[in-house]
Amino acid sequence: MAEADPAPPASACGRTLRVAVVGQPNAGKSSLFNALTGARQKVGNYPGVTVERLSAELVLPSGARADLIDLPGTYSLDPRSPDEAVTRDVLLGRLPGEAAPDMLLLVLDATNLAVHLRLALELLALGLPTVVALNRIDMARRDGLAIDREALARRLGVPVVETVAVRRRGLDELRAALEAAATLQRLPSAPTAPGPAGTDRRALARAARTLAADVTTGETRARQLGRQLDSIILHPLAGPMILAGLMFLLFQAVFALAETPMSWIEAAIALGQQQLAASLPDGPLRGFLTDGLLGGVGAVIVFLPQILILFAFILLLEGSGYMVRAAFLMDRLMARIGLDGRAFIPLLSAFACAVPAIMATRALPDARDRLLTMMIAPLMTCSARLPVYAVVIAAFVPARPLWGPIGLQGFVLFALYAAGILGAIGLALLLRRTAFRGHRTGLLVEMPAWQWPALRDVGIGLWLRALAFLKRAGTIILAVTVALWALASFPVAPPGANQLAHSMAGRIGAAIEPLVRPLGFGPDIAIALVPAMAAREVAVAALGTVHAIEADADDATGLVERLRSAWPLPTALAFLAWFVFAPQCLSTLAVMRRETGGWRWPAIQFALMIAMAWVAAFLTFRLASALA
Amino acid sequence: MSAPLSLADLAPGRRARVCAIEPLPDRLEMRLVDLGIDLGSLVEVVHRGPLGDPLAVRVDGTTVAMRRSIARAIRLDPA
Repeated sequence: MAEADPAPPASACGRTLRVAVVGQPNAGKSSLFNALTGARQKVGNYPGVTVERLSAELVLPSGARADLIDLPGTYSLDPRSPDEAVTRDVLLGRLPGEAAPDMLLLVLDATNLAVHLRLALELLALGLPTVVALNRIDMARRDGLAIDREALARRLGVPVVETVAVRRRGLDELRAALEAAATLQRLPSAPTAPGPAGTDRRALARAARTLAADVTTGETRARQLGRQLDSIILHPLAGPMILAGLMFLLFQAVFALAETPMSWIEAAIALGQQQLAASLPDGPLRGFLTDGLLGGVGAVIVFLPQILILFAFILLLEGSGYMVRAAFLMDRLMARIGLDGRAFIPLLSAFACAVPAIMATRALPDARDRLLTMMIAPLMTCSARLPVYAVVIAAFVPARPLWGPIGLQGFVLFALYAAGILGAIGLALLLRRTAFRGHRTGLLVEMPAWQWPALRDVGIGLWLRALAFLKRAGTIILAVTVALWALASFPVAPPGANQLAHSMAGRIGAAIEPLVRPLGFGPDIAIALVPAMAAREVAVAALGTVHAIEADADDATGLVERLRSAWPLPTALAFLAWFVFAPQCLSTLAVMRRETGGWRWPAIQFALMIAMAWVAAFLTFRLASALA
Repeated sequence: MSAPLSLADLAPGRRARVCAIEPLPDRLEMRLVDLGIDLGSLVEVVHRGPLGDPLAVRVDGTTVAMRRSIARAIRLDPA
C-alpha cells in the first residue's frame, strides 16, 4: 500500500543529521554518549556562554554519519541554570550559532522512571523524531523492577531501546533505531513554548507517574548497601572526617605525587636544551629554540601530571556518586560565602596550582557557580608562590620562636596563606553582591545512587581534558613564554651589562617603576615583575638576574643576603603583600580564557587582582613605614 | 490543633504524605515537582547534615538533598 506523497527524509539534501542527546542529570547520558562515540569527541564551548559543548560523529549501521551533540542535563525546559538554558535554547533553535537538532536521543533512568518520564513527556511535545534509551536497565532488574518496553514504546509513540551504557549494551539496537527514526518527518506542529507552568507541570508529573506505574511490575527493593554506605558517609561526625581524609589524600596526590613526573618532564626539557645548546652555535636562534620554544613547551607539559591526577580523583568521585554527598556535607560552610558545596574540591587543589583547579570547576553544574569559583581560585596560595615567600621570609623574618614550637617565620608564612583565603572569601562576597548577584535559593539536588565508577568513562574524560588543555591553554602559554623570552633577550646587551635591565622587558619594567614606587618597590622589583608574569616562581630567578646573582627556586642563599641589604623592611613586607594577590601567572589566565570561552573574564580577573595587590602592598608599605 | 508538620521537622524513620507546598523564591516548588516531590508524595528524611542542615529526603526511587529552608515549605499530613 503506497503512502500518499511521503515526506522527504530529515537527512535530505546531503546535510548531516543532527542528533541531540538529552536527559536529566544522573540518567547516564554522558556514559551513553561515551559508549556511542568513544574518545573521538570534540570539546568546545557554546557560543557566548561558559557552558561546554561536546559533540562527536556517530556512524549509523548503513555507514551514514550523523552529528551527535551532548546537551547539558536538564530537569525541564523551564531552565534553572545557564546550562539548562542552553539545552532549552538549542532544542528550540534559539541559540545563535547553533542549529536546532533534527532528532532527539532521550536517555531515561529505568530505576527512576516516574521522575524521568515527566521530562520525556515534555520533550516529546516538541514534535521532534525521538528515540528513547531506557538506561540502567540492569540496575532496574536488580532492584526487582520489570518494565514492559513494548508497552512503554506504544504509549510514548516512539521506539524504546534498553541500554546499559556503562557495559555498552544495547548500542547496536540504538544505532539502528536512530537510523530508522531519521527517515521520519518532523511532526507538523512547530516546537511548542518551553515547560508548562503550574498545574500543567503537576499534571505532567502525574501523567508520568501513572505511565511508569502502568508499564512497571515489581516493587523497588531497598538498596541496602547504598543505604548503609550513606549512613556512614553522611554521618554528622564520620562524614566530615571521611571527607577531610579524602581531601587530604587529594591534596597530597596533587602536591606530592605529581612531583616525580614533573621533575622528569623538567629534566627531559633540560636535557633537550643541553643537546640543542651543544649542537647549535651561540646566537638568537639557539636562544629561541632552547629558552623560548623548548622552555615554552616545557612550561605547558609540566602541568599535565597535576591536571591528570586531579581529574582522575574528581572523575572517580563523580562517577561513584560521592561528589553530591561531599557537597551535602560542605553546603553549610560554602553557602556562607555564596559558593556551591562542590566548589570545595577545586579551591583546595588551587593550593597546589590554580591551573588544574580552574579546569576542575567543571564539576559544578551551574555556570554561574563555575565562574565565581574560577575567579577566586588564584587567590589560594599556590605552590609557585612558596619560593618567593621563602626567599623574602628568610631575608627579613628572624628565625625566632614565637610561641612554644611555633616559629616566627612559620607564622608569617601561615599569615600569608590566611591572607589569600580571606582575600578569596572577600572577593567571593563582593562578586556575589555585584556581578554575580542572584538569589541563592539553596541546595536542592538529586543524590544519585552509589555505583562503581566506569573506568572507561574516567579514561575518556582524562583524555579529553588533557587534549583540551594542550590545544587551547597550551598554545597560549607557549606563545606567551616565547614572547617573554624575546622581550628579555632583545635588544642584546653589550658584554658586561645586565641583559635583563637592557632588554625590552627591562625597559617595560623601568616604565612601570613610577607606578610601583608608592609601594616601596625599587627599579629592581619593577624589572623583575615583567618576566615573573610567566610564572610566579620565576620572580626569584628574575630578581637574581637583576642583582646579577645566580638564583633559582631551589638555591637562593646569595639572593637572600643581597636582598637583606638592598631592601628596607617595609618594601619586603609590601612585596609579600603584593605577591599574595598579584595575578602573575599567565598560564592561569590562559586556562581562564579556555574555560570561559573568551578574554573578558580573564581580563576582569587580572584587573581585580592587580588592584587588590596594589592596594594591599600600598597599605602594607605605608603601615610598615609608619611603624618603623 | 498543633502547627502543621513540615518536612524540616519530620522525625527520621517516619514517613508522611505531602499535603501542600508553599510558594518558594524562584518558583523552586516547580523544581521539587521535577524531582518527584509533589502533593501526595510519600516522603521520609533519611539523613541530616552536620548541624541539621541540609536534609536528605527519600521519595519513591529518588533521594534529594535540600536546605532546611526549602524543607520548611513542604507541609505534611501527620497521619
